[in-house]
Amino acid sequence: MDSKADSALVVDKKIYDVQKIRNDFPILKLLVHGKPLVYLDNAATTQKPQYVIDKTNNYYEKMNANIHRGVHALSQEATEAFESSRIIIKNFINALGKNEIIFTRGTTESINLVASSFGRANVKEGDEIIISTMEHHSNIVPWQMLCAEKNAKLRVIPVNDEGEIIFEEFEKLINEKTKFVSVVYASNSLGTVNPVKKIIDLAHSYNIPVMLDAAQAINHLKIDVQQLDCDFLAFSGHKLYGPTGIGILYGKVNHLEAMPPYQGGGDMISKVTFEETTYNELPHKFEAGTPDIAGAIGLGAAIEYIEKIGLENIAYHENLLLEYATRAVSDLQGLRIIGTAKEKIGVLSFHFENVHPHDVGTFLDFEGVAIRTGHHCTQPLMRRFGVPATSRASFGMYNTIEEVDVLVNGLKKILEVFG
Amino acid sequence: MDQELRELYQQVILDHNKSPRNFRLIDHPTNHAEGYNPLCGDNINVFLSVNDKDIIEDISFQGSGCAISKASASLMTSLLKGKSVIEAEKIFNKFHELVTDKLGDNPDIDELGKLAVFGGVREFPARVKCASLAWHTMINALHNKNEKVVTE
Repeated sequence: MDSKADSALVVDKKIYDVQKIRNDFPILKLLVHGKPLVYLDNAATTQKPQYVIDKTNNYYEKMNANIHRGVHALSQEATEAFESSRIIIKNFINALGKNEIIFTRGTTESINLVASSFGRANVKEGDEIIISTMEHHSNIVPWQMLCAEKNAKLRVIPVNDEGEIIFEEFEKLINEKTKFVSVVYASNSLGTVNPVKKIIDLAHSYNIPVMLDAAQAINHLKIDVQQLDCDFLAFSGHKLYGPTGIGILYGKVNHLEAMPPYQGGGDMISKVTFEETTYNELPHKFEAGTPDIAGAIGLGAAIEYIEKIGLENIAYHENLLLEYATRAVSDLQGLRIIGTAKEKIGVLSFHFENVHPHDVGTFLDFEGVAIRTGHHCTQPLMRRFGVPATSRASFGMYNTIEEVDVLVNGLKKILEVFG
Repeated sequence: MDQELRELYQQVILDHNKSPRNFRLIDHPTNHAEGYNPLCGDNINVFLSVNDKDIIEDISFQGSGCAISKASASLMTSLLKGKSVIEAEKIFNKFHELVTDKLGDNPDIDELGKLAVFGGVREFPARVKCASLAWHTMINALHNKNEKVVTE
């Protein structure tokens, strides 16, 4: 490991030193409108520690070459770095083998890959696919496209007023036509953590495969794909303190073997003639073209960084912030929290009776506070809660109680202006 | 409050946001259009009653949106009532130039009247579409285009 970024990698697991962690993230020193940046938009994307930035730069500065084909030194070094990232990721989610780890551009592409390859091969006219009301558009639209093509039907598990999946309704939706279930592990808009193990077990009792959108869960919850027994799992590097443009599809090897390729091109073949092509073995069968090599290396570095701090420690810290923030905003006049599930990740979505989220967002920006305002790519969910949009503060490993105070004071100022 | 922020949220805007004028339906409008901003979910309906001399006899709006979009719709309806369709189009052009910063540093305040309060919007590129949604929808309604206005 590079010595430059080693400081945070020796954090005592028992003492969560948030200041020490903050020092590893150069962007947190920025001023916005003359105020210290309070970055509370971690569900949209997380900031990158120096260690990840260095590892990514290091590839371009010291080993830039294409992978899997050159016999020269740089190509071999780059291939080794790229493939060791795959092993880091395999270990991180406890997959059975590294051939179950496919590099993609992100969660969206991972879901599209499964809908397109597995879906087209297995879903027929009249079949049904189950998703939930709280899905991100990226776990709605690919299935809608598949259903339109195959004349299949999309069924949707409803949520209760707290923003939790109604499990009994899921049980009722399953029938002999159900061919696939794809649900979000943790909701980006509400923070709800879904009972995915229960969902998987029930679906499997009917032999129905299950995909998990783990984009928001991956940096809060320890995920063990063998223990969960999910068939597919998708996540993005950039929500895990890693680079944008890189993501992962995990798939059980028997599914991946049986599935047709998603895209054709270089790297995914073993032999090409004009008459026919033999496809490469896993995982390369699903990795056509030169991938984001630096991104993959950066993602591996991000996981190394997270593991040194400890995912459980991060989750504990973020839960404290969530509890503190939830209590602090509860007293604000006309504020309604959207998403009050018993089990949540560090996401606080809210709506003021008389102040539109966009105005909240602009006012907070002038306090240096970055939050997300809008429908969070979950329009059906917004309709379910009868709001056009919400304001969302989402916490990361480097956020502090003092930053929550800045947020709450900012909200109080807004109420003074609009009250 | 920060000066730039105060420029954006002037008292007139806060006032129209709190008590929007002409926030109602028109029973039998001659012209109607719906506008939508997919980025923030803002939704607006503009209704007009235009007589055979091309004068806007009544104009109203309904929908949901931020303070900027609501105040913009409210001020627009107050200003356009009694104006001719041609005048409305002229004012629309002027307003559009103001919020997209085409009028330079010293816009002719007299001509814009109360709309001059939207001058601060040009400092906030992300909010220009909030200010202009009602206006685009109004123009569409006048041209009797039924397709939804989408600003992004």
